[in-house]
Amino acid sequence: MLNSVLFYFFAALAVGSALVMITRRNILHAALFLVMSLLATAGTFLQLQAEFLFIVQIFLFAGGITALFVLAIMLVKPRVPEPATPFTKRRLMVTGAALVFTAQVLFAIVAGHSSLRLAARQLDIAPRNAEAVGDALFHSFIVSFEVASVLLLVAMIGAVLMARRGRNAFD
Amino acid sequence: MAENPPTTERAPRQPENAPDADSITTDAPLPEGPDRRDPQDVSELFRSRLHLLQSVPGALQHLFNEDVTGANVDPLVFYVAPLISVTIALMACTVLPLGPALQIANLNIGLFFILGIGSLGVYGAVLGGRATMRSLAQFVSWATVVALALISALLLSGSLSMKEIVQAQLDQGQWFICYVPVGFLIYFVGSMAESHPAGFDLPETDSGIVASYVAENRTNVTGFRGELHVLAEYANLIIVAGLAATVFLGGWLRPLASYRDRFPGTSVELLDVLPAIAMGAIAVYCFRLAAKQPARNRRLAATSAGCFCVIGALALAGALFAPGRVMQGVHGAFWFIAKVGAYIYCFRWIRSRTSGFRFEQSMRLVWRILIPLAFVNLATAAVAILASQDTGLPMRFTTILSTLVTLGAAAWFTKHQSTERAAPILDGE
Amino acid sequence: MPSQYIPILIVAILTVAIPIVCLVAMKGVLPGSDVSGATPELSEDGNHVEETARGEYFDRFYVVALLFALLDVAIVFLFSWAIKFSQMGGYGFVVMAIFLASLLAGLAWIYKKGALDWT
Repeated sequence: MLNSVLFYFFAALAVGSALVMITRRNILHAALFLVMSLLATAGTFLQLQAEFLFIVQIFLFAGGITALFVLAIMLVKPRVPEPATPFTKRRLMVTGAALVFTAQVLFAIVAGHSSLRLAARQLDIAPRNAEAVGDALFHSFIVSFEVASVLLLVAMIGAVLMARRGRNAFD
Repeated sequence: MAENPPTTERAPRQPENAPDADSITTDAPLPEGPDRRDPQDVSELFRSRLHLLQSVPGALQHLFNEDVTGANVDPLVFYVAPLISVTIALMACTVLPLGPALQIANLNIGLFFILGIGSLGVYGAVLGGRATMRSLAQFVSWATVVALALISALLLSGSLSMKEIVQAQLDQGQWFICYVPVGFLIYFVGSMAESHPAGFDLPETDSGIVASYVAENRTNVTGFRGELHVLAEYANLIIVAGLAATVFLGGWLRPLASYRDRFPGTSVELLDVLPAIAMGAIAVYCFRLAAKQPARNRRLAATSAGCFCVIGALALAGALFAPGRVMQGVHGAFWFIAKVGAYIYCFRWIRSRTSGFRFEQSMRLVWRILIPLAFVNLATAAVAILASQDTGLPMRFTTILSTLVTLGAAAWFTKHQSTERAAPILDGE
Repeated sequence: MPSQYIPILIVAILTVAIPIVCLVAMKGVLPGSDVSGATPELSEDGNHVEETARGEYFDRFYVVALLFALLDVAIVFLFSWAIKFSQMGGYGFVVMAIFLASLLAGLAWIYKKGALDWT
């Protein structure tokens, strides 16, 4: 019973704040609603007994990436865009594409409904969640783990190259 | 604890408080302007011992102060901000273990939980309008340093659960500070920066704008909202100290927890009478202090502190003869609180001695010295653990070696800074 | 939700509810808020001059922000590695050494480039 209430709460919060986020004009407000959405998703992870994923979502996403967003917003100080005409051709095309995509997703959910019952089975999540994740990471998924480091390296180099003003060094 | 420095020249609407309630208990007025020291100097600390007890009526009075807010502020957001900080801080406090069974929430991911929830603290500042770019950058940098320092202790514990970290220190018979002292030092410096103490982050004096002080947390601390903010600040302090106590200082363990010699004929361990004796000594000290106080309210405060210590001493002594769990709980709580208190005392002491870092200095310290040092510390600690596992050498020996290596690396990093700035590095491409 | 989190939920609800209840209950007693005219927007370094070019430390803030995000990811990996370290022995050391090698190589390159020179 508590589980159901909590789930609906988190789910509503996640979807609701995401919807609110995309309708904000002020980008800082949008970022804050994004944080709320991410936290609600973390709540649903917690309900699935995935403690480590829950805290990684908070630590990395809500506490890291969106803090980055806020820092970037403060750095760049984007202007609030002027309200534009709502019915340009491009907007209509984009809306159409989004609707088609949504229809596809809904169809997939409805048609594959029976296979979703797999997820409803009680999974054997180990009570020591962090250790279990470590086991999986370093034995089953070790190659992905190492490749991730290369990804981080690429991101680092890209960041520095993009931050330089012109071709001169940092001065 | 009303910690406002006298900012009356910057917050003109703040009503004058009675000097006893808010300022430290010296009779001399604090100098204003450039000679103003942070009042938490050591000698004044000793004189203002009673400061703690006067804070309660002071805080109550502070609640009814006028609430200074800005013109364009959205009241809902502005009021939510300190609430967020407080909620985050108190949620993180729930995983701190005061004793083997005295933990509100024993999570499998305990340590990570505190760090994750703590990283959300930035939004309290963002919503409250207190987030300058520099403070965000500092918060973010120091948070990384703190996390890296904690990982070196995690190598030894094998678990993220706070209770199991302390249990590991009991099993290995050594507080982790002895195995990774450099990690503890890095953590100490990082936590000093992270808990936004007055005096560590200097207001940006290089821009020469007094209004930058507004960007700091000071003029916002009015009224109920300000009280929440102060509460959040102190809760953060406790979390940081509690983390240190659990991970590095053995949590609820008595020093020399594995020395289990008992009094002949009883089941009372020798070292377990220390807490009761310590509390008794503090009680005696308080009573002597009370005798010396001229003012009546201070005498009352000192006497009540003394009585409290006597009760504590009796409780600790009585717990020696109580069943095991009660004894563990009471003494564990005592040791934990003692460690937290000692940590916070060291904080204050060092902050009173040093001037704050400018923004550039602190960023340089983090990115050029502390983060490389934290990685080196991690590597050497890992090598030490492996070495003692494989070769059977005692951990104390290998970790001493690894500490020396890390200190050498620290010296190298520090020395490397001054030479590098002499020659500017140009792009060779 | 694992049962250990219920107390945390309770604490969170209490810490949100109690101040709100107090504020609402004390509405008549507390003095009104005084509008002082200061605007607590997100301020940048206390310097309110609108700059056309990027700010003084733009490059370094950018690099710090990115480095923070990347190191955060590395820290998550380091956490799950550290708790399994004593069971993994030499294999664990080698695995993380490879991971950190590229990371630290990137950091060293960044230092060399001077992107972290805060003068």
